Amino acid sequence: MAEKPAMPASWRVESKPHKFCPGCGHGIALRALGQAIDELGIQDRTVFGCDIGCSLLAWDFFNVDTIQTHHGRTTPVMVGVKRANPDLICIAYMGDGGGYAIGAQHLVNAASRNDKITAILINNTQYAMTGGQMAPTTMPGQKTETTPYGRDPELTGLPAQGPEMIATITPEGAYVARGTVSKLRQLKKMMVRALKCQMEGRGFSFIEVLSTCPTNWRTNARETWSFLEEKMPQYFQIGEIKIPVSEGDADE
Amino acid sequence: MAEKVIAGEKRVFMTGNEVVAWAALAAGAEIMYGYPITPQNEIMHYWTRLAPKYNRKFLQTEDELSAGFTTVGGVMAGKRAFTATAGPGNTLMQEPISMAEAMRLPFVAMIIQRGGPSTGTVIYSQQEVMMTVLGGNGEGLRIVYSTANHQELFDYSIKAFDTAWKYRFPTFVLADGYQGKMREPLTIYDPDDRGIKISDTEPYVGRPGTPGVDRPPGHYRNTYNVEEELYEVLQDHIKDFESIADEVSEYESMASDDAELLVVAHGVVARAAKQATEALRQQGLKVGYFRPITLRPLPSTPLREAVNRAGRMLVVESAYGQLGRLLKEALYGATAEFIPYYKPGVGFTPEEIMARCRELIT
Amino acid sequence: MSKPVKIVIAGEGGQGVQAVAEILAEAGYEEGREALYIPNFGVEQRGGVSVAFLQIGDEPIGSPKFAKADIVVALSERAVGRTFQYVGPETVFVYDTLAAPDEKDMPPEVKQVLPIPGVETAKKELHPRVFNVLIMGAVIKATGVVNLENAKKALEKRLGHKFAQNPKLRDLNHRALERGMELVGEVMQGG
Repeated sequence: MAEKPAMPASWRVESKPHKFCPGCGHGIALRALGQAIDELGIQDRTVFGCDIGCSLLAWDFFNVDTIQTHHGRTTPVMVGVKRANPDLICIAYMGDGGGYAIGAQHLVNAASRNDKITAILINNTQYAMTGGQMAPTTMPGQKTETTPYGRDPELTGLPAQGPEMIATITPEGAYVARGTVSKLRQLKKMMVRALKCQMEGRGFSFIEVLSTCPTNWRTNARETWSFLEEKMPQYFQIGEIKIPVSEGDADE
Repeated sequence: MAEKVIAGEKRVFMTGNEVVAWAALAAGAEIMYGYPITPQNEIMHYWTRLAPKYNRKFLQTEDELSAGFTTVGGVMAGKRAFTATAGPGNTLMQEPISMAEAMRLPFVAMIIQRGGPSTGTVIYSQQEVMMTVLGGNGEGLRIVYSTANHQELFDYSIKAFDTAWKYRFPTFVLADGYQGKMREPLTIYDPDDRGIKISDTEPYVGRPGTPGVDRPPGHYRNTYNVEEELYEVLQDHIKDFESIADEVSEYESMASDDAELLVVAHGVVARAAKQATEALRQQGLKVGYFRPITLRPLPSTPLREAVNRAGRMLVVESAYGQLGRLLKEALYGATAEFIPYYKPGVGFTPEEIMARCRELIT
Repeated sequence: MSKPVKIVIAGEGGQGVQAVAEILAEAGYEEGREALYIPNFGVEQRGGVSVAFLQIGDEPIGSPKFAKADIVVALSERAVGRTFQYVGPETVFVYDTLAAPDEKDMPPEVKQVLPIPGVETAKKELHPRVFNVLIMGAVIKATGVVNLENAKKALEKRLGHKFAQNPKLRDLNHRALERGMELVGEVMQGG
């Protein structure tokens, strides 16, 4: 990441440099999203909803109408906007706590209702903004502030398999994928497909994004990248899990 | 606005929940979000039968958190959106309502109170007063109408949509299980035919033009980084709320000029209080009646005047002093004797109130 | 102020108590009078005693709750116990003879007690399904809250679609209404 690629046109220059910690994956995920919005030409009709947790720091990130909501509640707010005005492209952007813990019922029900929104969930294996507590996505043995001796699957289960669950409960037409901030081009492609799924009214679209949190992981740059690229994929398989049938060209 | 829902003035005989559905239609409500809970279910039942005929929408959500937050979304999309709930559902809904309060959203909810705490009864109470008026983590910057009969239920359900969009504070119609389930006659009408203007809506998101190019983006938040930032925003909201209090607050009073005992009640209990007052007056007893129609903001000045004149007040409510607490705050410093008559979760008959008044006055 | 007539009708779920009250309320309303009807309701969808509270008068009705009724109609044994609280010295108490309470279980103070063989009459002479319409006739006779013609109109409004399919039903319902009035007429004279 030595060279700085140009900012996506949908990014808001005035709010850059952004407020995420150095080495945080949010910036990369939001770059992929910005590029997707640019490519699809939907900046004028996109509504971006961000959750509580580090995702809230994106409340003024884009030159896109944005609603910063409550913890776990971005999905229903975006469902509400979309139902009221189906012409808008609604994106619910949240963390793993927001999607798989406090807001799980909303994510599950929006998915099974096949609401035509796009949910993007950043998986960095813990609650970052509140100081690094265990999340549904914390890896077995991983130390967090509430699992100081490492997550014990006997006591607290295994990492949530979000996209796999969403793929199971959504009808045909939905789009479900898991990407990673280490593969920006693939991630952007997933975002384009997810948004297209919404634009074409096919169904619910969902992307989990494997991301980094060196601040709470307490890792240096090399360790951070190795956790993301080597450890996380042991539990979280990257790729497209469900694509609309007619799309039929899953790759990468 | 869509075509007229009600042609001319129409005398009807229906349940309160049906009244609310018709009022929302007549007010031009465009979408309802809701989750089943007794005793408000029939609002959804009537709405879902009527709405498609007038091109209006409905979404049944997974819980009241979602019903509230989807309503927030609907409002921000610029639609006259509303929801309805009761009891434990109202408890859950305090979270989205606090967001609406923080962001000054024209959120409209119909609260059909039931017994509590907890699941309580599915029947009736006036125990959701404090929660509706001051619930959530916030300052209660909300407008709450408490109705006493079906005509008011219709009138104020329509008015709630105007008030919410005019002042941009969450607005509530507070009724109860009796009002929701009972049938009585009323006149329904198209507000336009009576010259009642309902404030226009306006989208928060998705306005014409490309954000950052043709217009600034709409960036809406409820989280602030430093305490002074929040304080400044709240100062503005509180100032606005206080400045509209006189304009928004409403009350009804009767025989309060020379009363020696003032019966104060709200909502459906006020019917019994008013009947009791009328009967006692006929018997020559100097009893007066005062009913706040807005529980937030309270009609403090007329209340204070009436109470001071009478010197004694009997506060009657189907709760353990929820209205009572609001009154005490509004009357702080007044010397009138405050006599509670509280029956949490149970209705009042006029006979009971008459008996209590007689004890007090003779 | 002229007082409204206050009516309580109680029975077992399925006896059609709420329908009777609702039709009577409609009939009162259609006559241009004021009416207020409220069902009891709880967490039980079916089962339990069903109680209907009805007021019909000439001025807007006040509180939906009242202490004592002008007439209480109890159609089952449980309904008798459940409605005691609404019976006072000014109350006409109507019960079905099949639900005959013990003497000691009768309300202590009551204006008049009218036992009527409603269930039996409906079963033997008419059809069990019109039992509640028979009771409606009984209430009309005992209170005079609405006249027979308007009661028939209200029935028509409610059941007209069924009558259209089977005109015999109309006749059956009308007979039930009239029979209910007769039953009360007989005991009123007797008492």
